[in-house]
Amino acid sequence: MSALAAANAASTGEAVQFWVLGTIAVIGALGTILLKKAVHSALSLAATMIILAVFYLANGAYFLGVVQIIVYTGAIMMLFLFVVMLVGVTAADSLKETIKGQRWLAVACGLGFGILLVSGLGRASLDTFEGLGTANAGGNVEGLAALIFTTYVFAFEITGALLITATVGAMVLTHRERIERARTQRELSEQRVREGKHLPPLPAPGVYARHNAVDIAGLLPDGTPSELTVSQTLRARGQVRDVSRQALEDLKALEQRAEERLGRGPSEPQASRPQGRKEENAQ
Amino acid sequence: MNPVNYLYLAALLFTIGAAGVLIRRNAIVVFMCVELMLNACNLTLVAFSRMHGNLDGQIVAFFTMVVAAAEVVVGLAIIVSLFRSRHSASVDDASLMKL
Amino acid sequence: MENLIALLVAAPLLGAAVLLCGGKRLDRAGHWLGTLLAAASFVIGAVLFFDMLGRDTGERALHQHLFSWVPVESFRADIAFQLDQLSMTFVLLITGVGTLIHVYSIGYMEHDERRRRFFGYLNLFLSAMLLLVLADNYLLLYFGWEGVGLASYLLIGFWQHKPSAATAAKKAFLVNRVGDMGLSIAIMLMFTTFGTFAFGPVLAATGQASEGMLTAIGLMLLLAACGKSAQVPLQSWLGDAMEGPTPVSALIHAATMVTAGVYLITRSGAIFNAAPDAQLAVVVVGAVTLLFGAVVGCAKDDIKKALAGSTMSQIGYMILAAGLGPIGYAFAIMHLVTHGFFKAGLFLGAGSVMHGMNDEVDMRKYGGLRKYMPVTFVTFGLGYLAIIGFPGLSGFWSKDKIIEAAFAKGGTEGWILGAVTLLGAGITAYYMTRVMIMTFFGEKRWQPAPDAGAVPSAEPAAEDHAGRMPHPHESPKSMTIPMILLAFGSVFAGGLFSFNSAFVNWLEPVTAFEHGHPPISAGAVTASTVVVLLTGVGIAYAQYGRRPVPVVAPRGSLLTRAARRDLLQDDFNHVVLVRGGEHLTRSLVYMDHTLVDGVVNGTAASVGGLSGRLRKLQNGFARSYAVSMFGGTAVLIAATLLMRGV
Repeated sequence: MSALAAANAASTGEAVQFWVLGTIAVIGALGTILLKKAVHSALSLAATMIILAVFYLANGAYFLGVVQIIVYTGAIMMLFLFVVMLVGVTAADSLKETIKGQRWLAVACGLGFGILLVSGLGRASLDTFEGLGTANAGGNVEGLAALIFTTYVFAFEITGALLITATVGAMVLTHRERIERARTQRELSEQRVREGKHLPPLPAPGVYARHNAVDIAGLLPDGTPSELTVSQTLRARGQVRDVSRQALEDLKALEQRAEERLGRGPSEPQASRPQGRKEENAQ
Repeated sequence: MNPVNYLYLAALLFTIGAAGVLIRRNAIVVFMCVELMLNACNLTLVAFSRMHGNLDGQIVAFFTMVVAAAEVVVGLAIIVSLFRSRHSASVDDASLMKL
Repeated sequence: MENLIALLVAAPLLGAAVLLCGGKRLDRAGHWLGTLLAAASFVIGAVLFFDMLGRDTGERALHQHLFSWVPVESFRADIAFQLDQLSMTFVLLITGVGTLIHVYSIGYMEHDERRRRFFGYLNLFLSAMLLLVLADNYLLLYFGWEGVGLASYLLIGFWQHKPSAATAAKKAFLVNRVGDMGLSIAIMLMFTTFGTFAFGPVLAATGQASEGMLTAIGLMLLLAACGKSAQVPLQSWLGDAMEGPTPVSALIHAATMVTAGVYLITRSGAIFNAAPDAQLAVVVVGAVTLLFGAVVGCAKDDIKKALAGSTMSQIGYMILAAGLGPIGYAFAIMHLVTHGFFKAGLFLGAGSVMHGMNDEVDMRKYGGLRKYMPVTFVTFGLGYLAIIGFPGLSGFWSKDKIIEAAFAKGGTEGWILGAVTLLGAGITAYYMTRVMIMTFFGEKRWQPAPDAGAVPSAEPAAEDHAGRMPHPHESPKSMTIPMILLAFGSVFAGGLFSFNSAFVNWLEPVTAFEHGHPPISAGAVTASTVVVLLTGVGIAYAQYGRRPVPVVAPRGSLLTRAARRDLLQDDFNHVVLVRGGEHLTRSLVYMDHTLVDGVVNGTAASVGGLSGRLRKLQNGFARSYAVSMFGGTAVLIAATLLMRGV
């Protein structure tokens, strides 16, 4: 691999690798910005980053390639996923643009910027690649270490300070100091009475005995689903299922099957009630 | 293949990341796009390191990673506390700059 | 000895400070303190005078440098005094007459509850006037000049509860301001031309300056003199200034302050000598004012205003004489001093008459008063004889010399000026005889006042007489003694001064003197003067002495009516200056509203409109700002690439 990296022009193998993985990296990047759900974005980004790690290796930056996988894909992206889980899903996930003209401006700026970069690169004389053969002769990690602990030692030390500061900062930002006594259950109930809302516990979700039914809204006496019965997160995600209509149909199908199983004709008193109700509805 | 293609790829990724920052409203995704831009820069640095035949570019890329890690830690903490107070992770909801 | 000079100024200044800041505790003794300090100043002046007499002519001038006021590089303003023969003359006049009038005021202002303040103002005036004549540079002179203006303003408006007095004070102040502007410009011109404004260097260096510059300085000084000395065209304030208490009219508006213009021109003689055009302007102003004041004095029925017209006219004589150059300076100052005596005496006499007549000022309501106030009659009569130039009395000596000098100017100018001064002498005799006859001779025309409200008894001194029939009586001793002393001055001063040309010799080191040679002999001039004055007296006697004087003024000729209105001076000022000013300001306001405000408001509106559009960019969304930033970066890179490409 060091031979590859040292070469002025990359080998055919590297070329194939570049074009295949490069395409995937671009697709991953596009996925990051275009996919609706944050989790999908994060996964796309992770893919791109892994491919970038491979490119680092291909460019002779072995240490960086490994660190990229460990730090970025392993730590940072996991942190992202944790936060996505913590924050949950909100209306922010909608891709609908709310600021007038923002999307067009963004695309125009992006295109212009990209064209500028590419044309700038094209006009620069970047033909001679010396390769890292000499630099990596004593080993890539050893070479980096020599630089970090000599030339860049101050920067390195300061980075340590930066990391400590960031850790403390994150703790300060997320830690919530309790500045008043926790309210007792009695006080909480009194507060609920005073505010006059949801005096009883929230209503249970509807029951539908086919699977876990927390995503099914319970029905009010008039047959409409109650929003209160399902979790807020599910509501935000739009994952609440309305089964009021389906339940009736399922019930009907069940009864029919039962009758067939039992070999009985439709029992008048039993069948007439729903039918009668239907007729009443029709009328 | 000329290794300069890595630079073109980096430019493309950077531009995509920038567009994402501008288009997306979810703060977490915006953050991811920023990371994408940083990674594009790192790729450039690594490619330049190869071009010049020394390791300084890689050192800078290494520092970028460290700084990015610190940044992610603080940034995500900010997002979390923002979400706590506003029950939203949308960058548009934090629009106190306009009264 | 020169250390005493500052004391001259300091004594009355101390009095002013104590009296004005002292509060009511001093009400009982304040007037005595003020009079005492004025007298102290006079005593110091007298000591300095005798000291000066004891020295040789060349060493008489004294200098005292007190301290540097504004020492900045070449700009040196010093508080420094110069006491030469000219200043000495003024010091004695100011402190002498001033002290007498202080004494007079003790009686005159007896019933005024603000007497302490009055004496404070009088002391302030004395101090400022002494500063004016003792200064050794123009800037300090300007300081005193403004000081006397302030004191004059305060004293004219002393009875500020009378709207007429308040207005008169304001008018005097404003008109004086025009003149003061002239003085300040003159000082600036001096500084740019000579690099200094001390008397010595400036007057010694007149040969180095161009004649145009000297003419400009001279004209500005003349403007200043016109303002302070009530000369045409800035004379309108003097008549109204008679609203002040009579001692003020006597001291400030007859004897001392109004003569400051003459002092200024005489002091700056070297400048005027080198600028004939400016000198001509001075002469013209003097001649015009001489006739102007005399005509106004003929028509006024108000005794004080008639005397004010006379003052204007007499100062016109002085200015004219000062404009004649070295042949006239000494006579201008001599007339100034004798005029100081007899005009102060006349005003005090008028005050005494008013004191006895319930503050009535209309001479048509006097008449036959000689029996009731004999002392006043005699002193006033002597002042009268002096002012008309009755041979042997003060006015004769000084006025005759001025007429001679006017003829001595030479050429057509000399004849015209001589004729004007002669005519002025005739008119003076006429109007003063008129005043004399209407006041002290003839039938008594005063009546019991019909009711209390109609009596114009604004002077608090009249309060205990109001509503009663006027009962003319002689004034108290404190008033008559100063009048008697001034009458002595009126009678003997001129003769004393002229004895062996004493006064001219005294002043010669300061003003220089050239003996004028009139085209006709001095005797002929004197004879014609006497003839003219007798004619004037005769006409007045024929008009007022042989016939009863009507109590209500007849309508009179066009000239009389114009003269009663100060020869339409106020109307002229109103039409030209006030109306013109109004038009100017109105058009300026219009300009301001349309043009200036248009530009300003237009700018504001366009900025507002632009901002209104720009603020839409500030929508508060960070993403939006990020787009701007990103676009800006793109533009920057594009610019960089373009520059490198070029």
